[in-house]
Amino acid sequence: MSKNIRCFLAVLTIWFGHSGASVAALDIEITKAADSALPIAIVPFGWDSTQGRLPVDISTVIAEDLERSGQFRAIPVDEMLAQPHQGSDIKFENWRIIGVENLAVGKVEVMPGGNYRVNFQLFDVLKARQLEGHSLQARPQDLRNLAHEISDIIYKAITGEKGAFNTRIAYVTAVKTGKNTEYRLEVADTDGHNARTVLRSRHPLMSPSWSPDARSLAYVSFENKQPEVFIHSVFEASRESIAAFKGINGAPVWSPDGQKLALTLSRNGNPDIYVLDLRTRKLKQVTRNWAIDTEPAWMPDGRSLIFTSGRSGGPQLYKIPVDGGKAERLTFEGNYNASPAISPDGRSLAMVHRYRGRYQIAVLDLKSDLFRVLTDGYLDESPSFAPNGSMLLYASQSGEQGVLAAVSIDGRTRQRLAFSEGEIREPTWAPFPPKRR
Amino acid sequence: MKSIIKNRCTLLILLALLAGCAGTGGFQEDDAGEEFGEFDSETSFEEEDEGVDVLPLDEDCKPPCEFTRGALEDPDSPLAERLIFFEFDKSEIQPQYQELLVNHGKYLASYPDVVIRLEGHADERGSREYNLALGELRAKAVRQVLLLQGVPAENINVVSFGEEIPLDDGQNEEAWAQNRRVELVYEEN
Repeated sequence: MSKNIRCFLAVLTIWFGHSGASVAALDIEITKAADSALPIAIVPFGWDSTQGRLPVDISTVIAEDLERSGQFRAIPVDEMLAQPHQGSDIKFENWRIIGVENLAVGKVEVMPGGNYRVNFQLFDVLKARQLEGHSLQARPQDLRNLAHEISDIIYKAITGEKGAFNTRIAYVTAVKTGKNTEYRLEVADTDGHNARTVLRSRHPLMSPSWSPDARSLAYVSFENKQPEVFIHSVFEASRESIAAFKGINGAPVWSPDGQKLALTLSRNGNPDIYVLDLRTRKLKQVTRNWAIDTEPAWMPDGRSLIFTSGRSGGPQLYKIPVDGGKAERLTFEGNYNASPAISPDGRSLAMVHRYRGRYQIAVLDLKSDLFRVLTDGYLDESPSFAPNGSMLLYASQSGEQGVLAAVSIDGRTRQRLAFSEGEIREPTWAPFPPKRR
Repeated sequence: MKSIIKNRCTLLILLALLAGCAGTGGFQEDDAGEEFGEFDSETSFEEEDEGVDVLPLDEDCKPPCEFTRGALEDPDSPLAERLIFFEFDKSEIQPQYQELLVNHGKYLASYPDVVIRLEGHADERGSREYNLALGELRAKAVRQVLLLQGVPAENINVVSFGEEIPLDDGQNEEAWAQNRRVELVYEEN
């Protein structure tokens, strides 16, 4: 278990202690499943039940992670002909018969001192060959993260891509009680579990955005009766107002190197894009246009910004060099394209696209110019890429309730992450935390 | 109610002035104070009409002076209307709201110590940040009309709440139409 996570959990305990955070889990419901998903079996991990109940059903967490990616189909436990816990017990023909291509087995033990050890192995069923074998340890409260870590190992071994299951998401919830609304900024695991409140306010909160080290959030708060940008260090539970100019202070996003913040200010008369150097606190104006310019998003190289502009009459997406220059229009499909999000490889541009009065998430391939609508809601918004680019998280509506949803980048799998309390909005997926040794 | 109180204040000031003048004239009786005491209930003022005329001072007012200062408190005044609505994704003032805004402009121009806050809002559809900008554009369109009536620029505050504070929580055309608005809020002194 990394030092990061331990620190995180320690801080969580503190938050929980003083804020009494609501720990309402998200229910996950697959609304559209891919037919080409790889069949995989995650055998329930062995556990000596005389030791009591295992606090986390590790194999189920892993199976749900992999299914959510849209790339795997987890075989139901009752279809398994056997439940081995280690490689030497596997009879591969049992798995070939039911069409499984990959198989993960494992067992969990309590160690002296109360920590857990998890041994697990991943096999290629057709070749009867081990792909991965690990022995991992975790404190009881870290078992869920350990399950996500195993999901990442499996995902990488089979797809060749880095898994993003052991990362976090942040979002805003609005909970109505009578005439009052309480706004909360929450941080949760990518499966919606371990939801913790890091800020509660009687005034609206919007536009959360992670720092590249996944330790801070920038967002907009109306607590001083106008939109104002804050930077909030979630592990230290400290925050700072960073932009409170006259007019709009909005849409903050960190540069890939973490040194700057792009944001929208209307201090010079109308909303334009600025870049704030976080060290020198110097502001640089990037766009100058009579129309609305807002929602900057950094290209991964940090040299240009994509943003939304109303200069053509309705919102469309443009690209501009950070050091100034000419803005180039990128979107021409339909008359409403806003909320740009760029994939980590810089190739795919996700956005909110209006089609026949419905607002849906679409992706433009910046190389091939292929434009695809991925979702079918009527008020879908705030797309955010997983740090490995495999999925998009977004806000959707279910009935008149705001919910979170995720769609695989190929549009083949969609799921709804329904929240038990309040309206949930503006999800943002944290980047991979940098390695700290 | 407020205007009554205001008149009473004016009255008390006038009476105090009178008392001051009278004082120099040589009135020395202590019970004069007690007499004032009797006037302390409102009803006695309203009913008392025995050859006494109570006249307020004119408020400071710059032309056009079409409205009394107290008109803001009057539910029947055109100034009681303080909401204007917009078309989807638009910030142009619709012609039916022109007169309403001109009235507020005239009032504010008449009383240059009065400050107004224009709160711009948008409906929930589309991007939150774009809607925040749209709310500001709407409030600024209203500001422009007020400026044309001679309202001092420093007396107009503009703030946008985007789609964050809807008037109507519904998800239908009527609700959205209610939420695309600018609210005119007179600042408390």
